[in-house]
Amino acid sequence: MKKTIKQFKVEYVQVLDEKGKVDSKLDPKLSVSELKALYKKMHLIRQYDRKGLALQRTGKTGTYVQYTGQEAGEVALTHCLKKGDWFFPGYRETGALIALGVPISKLLLYWAGDERGMNLHSDVRVFPIAIPVGSQTPHCTGAGWALKLQGKKNAAIVTFGDGATSRGDFHSGLNFAGVYSTNSVFFCQNNQFAISTARARQTMAETIAQKGIAYGVDSVQVDGNDILGLVSVIGSALKKARAGKGPTLIEAFTYRMCDHTTSDDAKKYRDPKDLKVWAVRDPLLRFQKYLKGRKLWSESWEKKLESEHAVLIDQEVKKWEEIGKPPIDQIFAHVFAESIPQFDEQLEDAKRFLK
Amino acid sequence: MTVMTILQAVTAALDQELKRDKAVLVMGEDVGRNGGVFRATDGLWKKYGGKRVVDTPLCESGIVATAIGMAVVGLKPVCEIQFSGFIYDAFEHLASHAARVRHRSMGAFSCPLVVRSPYGGGIRALEHHSESMESIYVHTPGLKVVIPSTPYDAKGLLAAAIRDPDPVVFLEPKRIYRSVKQEVPDDDFVLPLGKAKVVQSGSQVTVVSYGATMKTVREAVIGLDVSCELIDLRTLWPLDEATLLDSVRKTGRCVVVHEAARTLGMGAEVVAVINEKAIYDLESPVVRVTGYDTPIPYYQLENNYIPSKERIKDAVNRVLKG
Ligand SMILES: Cc1ncc(C[n+]2csc(CCOP(=O)(O)OP(=O)(O)O)c2C)c(N)n1
Repeated sequence: MKKTIKQFKVEYVQVLDEKGKVDSKLDPKLSVSELKALYKKMHLIRQYDRKGLALQRTGKTGTYVQYTGQEAGEVALTHCLKKGDWFFPGYRETGALIALGVPISKLLLYWAGDERGMNLHSDVRVFPIAIPVGSQTPHCTGAGWALKLQGKKNAAIVTFGDGATSRGDFHSGLNFAGVYSTNSVFFCQNNQFAISTARARQTMAETIAQKGIAYGVDSVQVDGNDILGLVSVIGSALKKARAGKGPTLIEAFTYRMCDHTTSDDAKKYRDPKDLKVWAVRDPLLRFQKYLKGRKLWSESWEKKLESEHAVLIDQEVKKWEEIGKPPIDQIFAHVFAESIPQFDEQLEDAKRFLK
Repeated sequence: MTVMTILQAVTAALDQELKRDKAVLVMGEDVGRNGGVFRATDGLWKKYGGKRVVDTPLCESGIVATAIGMAVVGLKPVCEIQFSGFIYDAFEHLASHAARVRHRSMGAFSCPLVVRSPYGGGIRALEHHSESMESIYVHTPGLKVVIPSTPYDAKGLLAAAIRDPDPVVFLEPKRIYRSVKQEVPDDDFVLPLGKAKVVQSGSQVTVVSYGATMKTVREAVIGLDVSCELIDLRTLWPLDEATLLDSVRKTGRCVVVHEAARTLGMGAEVVAVINEKAIYDLESPVVRVTGYDTPIPYYQLENNYIPSKERIKDAVNRVLKG
């Protein structure tokens, strides 16, 4: 005997298309103030990304990871988070952290090689940025599991890239989430590249979303440059998780409009023509068109945002510059809750050679 | 002869071995089209094609574990782990399989693979890009561990590692990838694994190091009013005890330098060997100059952690007085 015992489908969601037109059946019908706040945040983080790059290029910070092109996902996810939720960011999330209200001055400490930049207190509990690719995925599973066991009406969300889904941590994270129906949301920014490795060479699976189906986890692909689609998909996934109704894998289909990091040169492995194709799909541009159609966007507002954000960014840069070098004992601080005798001797040694 | 950096010497060794032996292949993240994030495999993909210089999916355990399967069946994979701080999920396969294939099959199978990876701090990198975890490999029975400090050694030792019948972890000192230049023979050559090198002979103090801190040691002793004998371990395992002990028996004094954390670092092993086999030749206790027992700090403070010339000079003077 031979019969089909399982078939699956993957849904794709797009609410706001490239031309700025909304699918009225799917419109999350956000308030005017919400719409404007979303645009403002996307504007701010794009403007900051240019500054972040410039600060690295002038040697003021170390390696910086840009996110231009991915602003819609970054802002949408922070918009949907509530007090008491947990966020497990990867390294490409400076934009999301700014949108969440983490001071830019603090993030600059991080990018300039100072641990004080990794204590990211906020209403949403933010775990330190994960550098080992995708290693944060199962942490989000565990956090969502704990929230469920504690009977809390909160959720945990994690971000990672398409490359991260090749690692074992993606498997264990999603498998446990499925088995324990954890309060977790897995948000994959599929930006088509893992450094030089194109998405099509990362996995023969046709979508990232379908990987979740194998674990019994609800999975969906969404236009990653569509702020309205993202807000509704992430919003309902978080709501479902908070209600204890299980995890969701979201694949945001987007494109990295920048180099992988400031140490990378994407021209070595990418066809510049692709950038042109994706420029047309830009997340800010299409949102602008939509808002303009509703008379919520104007040239003068745009100019105003630009100067407001320039002032804010300058103030934060200044604040950061005034913080100064970290103290030497920071090397030994917070390794353990209580220091150990060996550290006394080693700190003495480090101090003897301070210049 | 061509003047090369360590990085270029690595590429030259890979090129030489790919050319020499059809069983050799290079695999890792971004090693193909992109030529590696440090350019260690630059040009090789074009020259040898995507079947022998392979861009893999992003998965360290996948890289090392599949390489074990390949090696057992007769290929000679050279894996690149982009930064040594990302090797941990591959460690199961290194420790539980690569290191034991020969022993647990009682010689029926072998696992001739090389895992190359840049290690160490001092390049203003992000977190997890700066660790020196060589001790965990040395402490894993069945692995050979090599760390070159010069372009000449890098080429000769990497070629030897690839030809070696057993698994070799080859750690590359990325801080000095481009800052040390030297003439390297263009011809095919190998250097023996398991042999330390006396870099400079001297009579008063033996200074032992390897990798990036070897360069710091060389610079630190310039102008010192002490006759120092410098030993570059080059192969951490198997350790060349003879070269080490000969030197210490002569000088009676020893300083060991590495940037890995102090406790259970290579320095501890060097001290133990000296203690067991040459303690009566010592004039004073051996001194260690190492990283501290903390995570290596983000880059603002990393140079307070990595052994500096000043700390090395101070140790040489202390061991002389002791
Ligand atoms: C475990 C691990 N391996 C390798 C790296 C080096 N590395 C940093 S980012 C990256 C590519 C990640 O691609 P993807 O997951 O698609 O996310 P993206 O960077 O495109 O946002 C690699 C290989 C790392 N940080 N961690």
